[in-house]
Amino acid sequence: MSMTEERSVDQSAMKVSDEVAIEIKNMNKWYGTFHVLRDIDLTVMRGERIVICGPSGSGKSTLIRCINALEEHQKGSITVDGTVLSSDLKNIDRIRSEVGMCFQHFNLFPHLTILENCTLAPIWVRKTPKRDAEKTAMHFLEKVKIPDQANKYPGQLSGGQQQRVAIARSLCMRPRIMLFDEPTSALDPEMIKEVLDTMIELAEEGMTMICVTHEMGFARQVANRVIFMDQGQIVEQNEPEEFFKNPRSDRTKLFLSQILGH
Amino acid sequence: MSDTHAQTVAYVRESFLEQAPPPERETGPIRWLRVNLFSNWFYAILTLLSIYVVYTLLSDFLPWLFNGVWNASDIRECREILQGATGGCFAVLAERWNQLLFGFSFPSDQYWRIVVAFLLFCIAAAPVLFAAVPRVLFVVTGLFPFVAYYLIWGGTILTPLAVLVGVVAGYFAYRRLVDQSFAMGLLGGVVAGLIVWWLAAFVPQDQPSFLALRPIPSRDLGGFALNLMLGVICVSLSLPFGILLALGRQSRLPIIKWICVVFIEFVRGVPLITLLFVANVVLAYFLPPGSNFDLILRVIIMITMFASAYIAEVIRGGLAALPRGQYEAADSLGLDYTQAMRLIILPQALKISIPGIVNVAVGLFKDTTLVSIISMFDLVGMIRGPILASTEWNGVYWELYGFAALLFFIVCYAISQYSQWLERQLNTEHR
Ligand SMILES: Nc1ncnc2c1ncn2[C@@H]1O[C@H](COP(=O)(O)OP(=O)(O)O)[C@@H](O)[C@H]1O
Ligand SMILES: [Mg+2]
Repeated sequence: MSMTEERSVDQSAMKVSDEVAIEIKNMNKWYGTFHVLRDIDLTVMRGERIVICGPSGSGKSTLIRCINALEEHQKGSITVDGTVLSSDLKNIDRIRSEVGMCFQHFNLFPHLTILENCTLAPIWVRKTPKRDAEKTAMHFLEKVKIPDQANKYPGQLSGGQQQRVAIARSLCMRPRIMLFDEPTSALDPEMIKEVLDTMIELAEEGMTMICVTHEMGFARQVANRVIFMDQGQIVEQNEPEEFFKNPRSDRTKLFLSQILGH
Repeated sequence: MSDTHAQTVAYVRESFLEQAPPPERETGPIRWLRVNLFSNWFYAILTLLSIYVVYTLLSDFLPWLFNGVWNASDIRECREILQGATGGCFAVLAERWNQLLFGFSFPSDQYWRIVVAFLLFCIAAAPVLFAAVPRVLFVVTGLFPFVAYYLIWGGTILTPLAVLVGVVAGYFAYRRLVDQSFAMGLLGGVVAGLIVWWLAAFVPQDQPSFLALRPIPSRDLGGFALNLMLGVICVSLSLPFGILLALGRQSRLPIIKWICVVFIEFVRGVPLITLLFVANVVLAYFLPPGSNFDLILRVIIMITMFASAYIAEVIRGGLAALPRGQYEAADSLGLDYTQAMRLIILPQALKISIPGIVNVAVGLFKDTTLVSIISMFDLVGMIRGPILASTEWNGVYWELYGFAALLFFIVCYAISQYSQWLERQLNTEHR
């Protein structure tokens, strides 16, 4: 938890604008008859860094997967960058190419090289010429500090490197919003820092981010809002300082004591 | 110092041991024999027994093979030459090789056409099978079906040419429209192709002899060439159909899904030979009288249906083995369904399915001999029919069936070796 604290975070570019990036209103979702998400209301401004935490099974993954329509919601509305998420495939594809996502298990394409992983979507979705796509890809691979691995296959990289490639792959689509679903929880401890550093850099550049994570050090330094979820509902949200010092609900207190108190 | 003691006190090694060779008894051929053949008395008996069996088999087989007669005009002459000694009557192969390879009614002055088609096939298959082959050869692959049709069935070159032009027109229409949507592209392509073919239908009648090869009716095709033709055509057709069926079976649209499920389960539940009888007899009732619906075409349709159902199931296994994360990553990058399938899912699923697909392909190739039962004269049909029934060679079973087995073995073994090589090739890319 303390690993990220060595790095000082440059807050200068991390400004929250008054432009709405994501607006979720009264959103509900069921898996069959199981009510996973209940009356979710959440507005995210451009430039916000939001950390979502909560016990396993509380619906954190489901919530952020609804934002780029990997899961359908059944009630309420989700608006991303002014586009309402409906079952219209055109809208869905547009939103997905604006919203980058990183998964717990990286989900790189094992049959493609690192470079091909990064250029695939720009070439096929954005119709970028191959040369330009490769230039962009190398730019972002340099940013996540693995340009020398560009021609290897994902299976040849360590977990931390794979996750950084996954971040670079998303960035190559020039997304305006990034979603992270427990990006460090499948990693060995010594690799967590390199991934968190990459995410901090992104935040410093003003990227709008929603991160599901239990790295509370990261939440303290980077987030401007921490959301606690339980049983499919948003139980508490606050600025990180307040959230950690004075949690209000009992569930939050219990959760924080479990996760922080050894 | 006892061992337990050594573990309980601090210890530092001071002298390092040199690498030493293993003891004499543990190396060399003696060890190999001892470990593999005579490790205990039971294995020793098994070993001796096996040696005896192999010896008796070879002591009959080798004289038969090497003492064989290659020069005789019929089986009686063979027997006279051998005078009771063991030996095969391979003269039948020397005399009837052309019938075994090309069938008995294929005009012998036209054999070259099949040979050329076969050589072209080797060139056309190369870029598909080996990534190291220059990509330009795909031109040959693309043209091969039309050239092969022209070479084998003959007639004016205008017919395959017109079909080719139609396909090219369809392709360009598809490319123009596919940016709007995949369905538009497909529709445009099909319509453009059909228009060209409709126009072209008027031409060949006017020019029946333009650059014409002697037309050869389908029933004159035969021998091992027929097995190879059926095998190649049906395997290459059933692969794309199998992929479509496998994807259809996963479809979210219930109608498509159920059509695919019913088709696959029905075809898998019926023996191939039944389908071939249907092709031979029953289809003729449904077709308008006098319609020229070639028997070979009907057989190709049936075998393709059969094989694609099996390939679909193999590919479904490959699709199921892919982690869901791959679909989600493709989706989250904004790839649409066709792109995700073509670029992410299928390349991986097909790689997993290679052994299964090869299995089906080898089985299908051997099953092409079943057409001998609906009176087509493939390799087995030739042996069972015209050759064994002839007065000259009545009774030469071993030599003929052995030859057939050898031909099939060579092809199937090559396919299986290729697939193992391909798997290794695809695997090393990752480590
Ligand atoms: N595809 C699914 N079908 C049915 N239930 C699911 C599915 N995915 C998740 N769930 C259930 O939904 C709940 C929330 O899951 P998830 O959002 O993954 O939780 P979290 O990410 O907070 O651990 C869990 O109880 C889980 O069992
Ligand atoms: Mg989760």
